[in-house]
Amino acid sequence: MLLKTRQLDPPSADKRWKFVQAVMRRNGYHRSALIETLHVVQGAFGYLDPDALKYVSLSLGVPLSRTYGVSTFYHLFRLKPGGRHSCVVCQGTACYIKGSAEILQSIRDVYGIVPGETTADGQLSLLTARCLGTCSLAPVTVVDNTVSGNQDPQKTLEMLGRMADSDV
Amino acid sequence: MYDQLENIPIAEQAEDEKFAHTFHVCVAASCLSLQSDKVLGALREHAAGEETGHHCRVKGVGCMGLCSQGPMVSVSHRNEPGNFAVYGKVSPEHAPALVEAAREREVVSELLCDTGMPFFRRQKKIVLANCGVINPERIEEYIVAGGYQALLTVLTEMTPGEVIDEVVRSGLRGRGGGGYPTGLKWKSVAKAEAKRRKYILCNGDEGDPGAFMDRSVLESDPHRVIEGMIIAGYAVGAREGYLYVRGEYPLAVDRLHKAIHQARRLGILGDKVCGTRFSFNVDIRIGAGAFVCGEETALIASVEGLRATPRSRPPYPAEFGLWNEPTLINNVETFANIAPIIQNGGSWYAAIGTKESTGTKVFALAGSVHNTGLIEVPMGISFQEIVSDIGGGILDGRQAKAVQTGGPSGGCIPAEYFETEIDYESLKVLGSIMGSGGMIVMDDTANMVDVARYFMDFCKTESCGKCVPCRVGTVHMSNLLEKICRGQGTDQDFWALEELCRVVRETSLCGLGQTSPNPVLSTLRHYRHEYLELLRNDDQQQCTDEMEPAS
Repeated sequence: MLLKTRQLDPPSADKRWKFVQAVMRRNGYHRSALIETLHVVQGAFGYLDPDALKYVSLSLGVPLSRTYGVSTFYHLFRLKPGGRHSCVVCQGTACYIKGSAEILQSIRDVYGIVPGETTADGQLSLLTARCLGTCSLAPVTVVDNTVSGNQDPQKTLEMLGRMADSDV
Repeated sequence: MYDQLENIPIAEQAEDEKFAHTFHVCVAASCLSLQSDKVLGALREHAAGEETGHHCRVKGVGCMGLCSQGPMVSVSHRNEPGNFAVYGKVSPEHAPALVEAAREREVVSELLCDTGMPFFRRQKKIVLANCGVINPERIEEYIVAGGYQALLTVLTEMTPGEVIDEVVRSGLRGRGGGGYPTGLKWKSVAKAEAKRRKYILCNGDEGDPGAFMDRSVLESDPHRVIEGMIIAGYAVGAREGYLYVRGEYPLAVDRLHKAIHQARRLGILGDKVCGTRFSFNVDIRIGAGAFVCGEETALIASVEGLRATPRSRPPYPAEFGLWNEPTLINNVETFANIAPIIQNGGSWYAAIGTKESTGTKVFALAGSVHNTGLIEVPMGISFQEIVSDIGGGILDGRQAKAVQTGGPSGGCIPAEYFETEIDYESLKVLGSIMGSGGMIVMDDTANMVDVARYFMDFCKTESCGKCVPCRVGTVHMSNLLEKICRGQGTDQDFWALEELCRVVRETSLCGLGQTSPNPVLSTLRHYRHEYLELLRNDDQQQCTDEMEPAS
């Protein structure tokens, strides 16, 4: 079948492309595997760069415009590299009512970034989530994949400070 | 005859006999974020250190419900079903004392949660029956708890028509929020003619902020959902199913992958399910963060690898769904209800709850109450019972002001209406909806205009952009609310807001747009004076502060 012969050479010799190829192969290079594949690319490289988008498009036989459309439509995909560390502040209803906006403001005051931005030194990316489903512990933050509940501006800033210290 | 379902319980029971005491440690996302895995590790270490070696067993289980007291641990003793202790706020340092107490059949009183309190007594667990009891990562424990028996009954003793009749008799309605009768939906998919094949789709894109029922069910009892999907496949004549889970729930995805793998290994999924002629396969699709995916046609687009934009209905997915084939779409909780309905009969289920809304509903209780977490209550319970009894009353001795249900598509129920019996219709009458089951309690400090603004901001960012009323209307409504919140709104703005609400509701393409004015309309209806006060006081700054910038 034509669809199964789209195995192309990846943009670079990076070994991580093997994961990407594996997931496309498992899905028979079918166009419906687009979102799955983008998840894997982002998991491996941290973000989706133009070369990756082109490669995935050609491999799955999907127009580049559609791949770009999909990768900008969904919130979880990012087209720019993130910072070394990430801090996600939940903006769900329960977290909002319990003061998550104050946490965002405090991070803005100290680090000078708003959600979606990365500090100039590339150390910290600030993100928001619509709801992490851990509403009982509101407000919730996720710093480098560690979920912490019952946060307030001070606790979050302390945690971010500790994280920066541990790098030194 | 398929004998795995008989052999496994016998083997498991032999294993059980070796242990006198069993610790259940909650390892669902909420407790896990409070380091319940460390508690689990510490308990294992101490239990293993006992001289007999095999006295205590420690296992990780799903959500126990009382998330505000996490990490939760419960202890049971062999041959003593009534002797059951539940502990809250357990830390690894408590492990030695807990093991010691269990061995002496005593309790550690300072950590004990009162199992007699209304939070536990007032609930009726059907969907959550296994949550917090079995280890979600072992299919054997699900089978011991009676799992996959319903599937076996269906495959060996019932025709597809009989299965559908049973679901119709139960009166089960879609738990995703719409409340469409599940039996009717199954009937139309069964009747529809497929060009090649039919599909089952499980909607696990739980996007409402403040809702975490589906996540808890998937994390705590994944096999229950899979069993429901296989039964549905048999009933409507589908051989393939997709489970669509939010990308924000990595733990649920991980456990589902394990569950599907285990079910395949035992021959419960795949070719010849349980040795019969019926075949069924399930695959997982992971979302990438789009609230609109909860809408069924948008969900289908997303499974097909496209941008999740809805299309107009009819034709409904029952005739024209995934890959243009007849598709049955149900919510996670709906599928989780199927096995008990088959096992106990539709009339048993219909006897629970109210006449029009049967059975139980799982709610995610959050906000300003003492006990927050996951609860399952019969339909027809009142808000008062949920807030005061199950929730344990409002924090800091304050007064309840409202309960928000249905997320951004729902509305606020004021405290005056707390005696209302909860069902699909009564909530609609009050200007809200059942929704998927998020329930956020607000105390008297809540600013209702700000709440409306919060939800409108949410809808504005989540609008998929396909139809104009929703794409443009939500932005305008959000701007107007912003202005009113800042105390700069005029009578003209107020009038425009009401008019826009009506237009967007009437003319939007899908549920997201049509229901996006609900939070405004319900607060306008019950708290109109709060809006009017803001209009009059020109220089008052009532908005708590700015939200994230519009993207």
